[in-house]
Amino acid sequence: MKPGSRGRPWALSAPALLLFVVLLMVPLVMTFILSFHSFSFYGGIAPTFSLENYAEVLGDSYFYEIFGRTFAIALATTVICAVVGLPQAYFLSRMRPFWRSVMILVVLGPLLISVVVRTLGWAILLGNKGVINTALRDIGLITSPIRMMYTSGGIVLALVHVMVPFMILAIWAALQRQDPATEAAAESLGARPFTIFRRIVLPQAMPGVLSGSLIVFSLSASAFATPAILGGRRVKVVSTTVYDEFLNTLNWPLGAAIAILLLVSVLTIMLAWNKLVEKRFAGVFE
Amino acid sequence: MRHNGPFAKIFSVVFAAFMLAPLVVVIGVSFTPEGFLEFPPSAISLRWFRAILDNPDFIEAAWISLKLGVASATVSSVLAVPAALAIGRGRFAGRDALQALFLSPLTVPTVVLGIAFLRFLTVFGANGTFAGLMFCHAIIIMPFILRLVLASVTGLDRSTEQAAVSLGASDWTVFRRVTLPAILPGVIGGWVLAFITSFDELTVTVFIVSPTTTTLPVRLFSHITQTTDPLVASISTVAILFTVGLMFLVDRIYGLDRLLIGEGSR
Repeated sequence: MKPGSRGRPWALSAPALLLFVVLLMVPLVMTFILSFHSFSFYGGIAPTFSLENYAEVLGDSYFYEIFGRTFAIALATTVICAVVGLPQAYFLSRMRPFWRSVMILVVLGPLLISVVVRTLGWAILLGNKGVINTALRDIGLITSPIRMMYTSGGIVLALVHVMVPFMILAIWAALQRQDPATEAAAESLGARPFTIFRRIVLPQAMPGVLSGSLIVFSLSASAFATPAILGGRRVKVVSTTVYDEFLNTLNWPLGAAIAILLLVSVLTIMLAWNKLVEKRFAGVFE
Repeated sequence: MRHNGPFAKIFSVVFAAFMLAPLVVVIGVSFTPEGFLEFPPSAISLRWFRAILDNPDFIEAAWISLKLGVASATVSSVLAVPAALAIGRGRFAGRDALQALFLSPLTVPTVVLGIAFLRFLTVFGANGTFAGLMFCHAIIIMPFILRLVLASVTGLDRSTEQAAVSLGASDWTVFRRVTLPAILPGVIGGWVLAFITSFDELTVTVFIVSPTTTTLPVRLFSHITQTTDPLVASISTVAILFTVGLMFLVDRIYGLDRLLIGEGSR
């Protein structure tokens, strides 16, 4: 391609830009405006401008509970993903090439399979008459089933399954940058494996853990399929509440206000987390 | 490098079991001859696979998902390739902002995207149409294509292009004969990843489908929220096999490791 012509990059990006402006930015602005409209069961949506939807959400403990539960689930999922993903990514980097390829397929392959299908699997496993409860009863460990469907714990477990590949990918990328010689040096100086892990591997993997946490947290906080199938109406999170407002109650303005609050809180948490990480680990990212 | 000790091996096996468990039970349950979910199945039967044929709803939904995936991945690729060429080469004012915009569907909560598309399409009377679905999907899957194509573009040696230009080739000829063949693996990899993402998409799609454009994930989802029977398991098994087939195909063309991990593992 010829150098020169300043407008060229814009000309090349114009079609995609047009699509994104018309079908992404405009709809997001329209949703923001919608959240200030009012709604009545008989009159439908009225194009007023008031903060009543936000006042309703922020003034009702019911919504605090839903937001609190959503972020608690997202936090628990993130912590478990980090605790499990860190050693697994490390072990992955030390596997023989054949087993590493197999393990990468096992860890990352599920990413390509529909979340609905994977959550169906968890529903079959976790139900009161599900695989886990039946197995535990058959070997005599329990007499009455442990309730796992329609609990936050069940949602966290299934979300970890969905999210842990992202964590492992991020940590794996960080570990790729480390120099294996440092580990060898520590070993030749007599460090035990756990000491090597704690003193050499962990600090170098930390940027991966932190960026992975960011991805996992934001995806978990807005996850829909998993909490909808495993939590139903009994364990509501923000995204399933928005869904109900839009498609069942038909109170779109209220649903839009809840969604905007989700967007704002997720973005705020992500920005704050980024700031914190940059400050604390400024040197590590070089 | 040292290899893993026994603890690491046990950990990896348990972890692999955790990752595979939900898929194994779905596939296992689908072979039951009974009318309810049982695992492991008491006998092997294809009863619930035959039952798929008696449910045209699901077959129709699978067709729509297939067409939607092909159409949206193609539209998105056609838009993403020139954009990636622009972003991947040289600096210009607004380049970072442009890239951030094209990657933004990954950061905005999907449920927010879903209602935004619903609001927009309803106002313009296009809700539930196939074209509406296609363009919305094209936006959601753009980041996946853009990232893979960008990776190919930045790794590109430009001397061949310059040679072609100096020999008098037109821009279009240079693109068609030199640039595109060089970045083709990245484009195909991105297309497949985008297709799979569109094929599996639920959260946005559930807001913007109509009864005549219901996709497979949406049909499965609404079925599962009402009842879980072996039928959804057998349909899911077919979907899993389809994805595994695609994974093999993409492994041949582009390399699955590269697709999933990124350029670093080349």
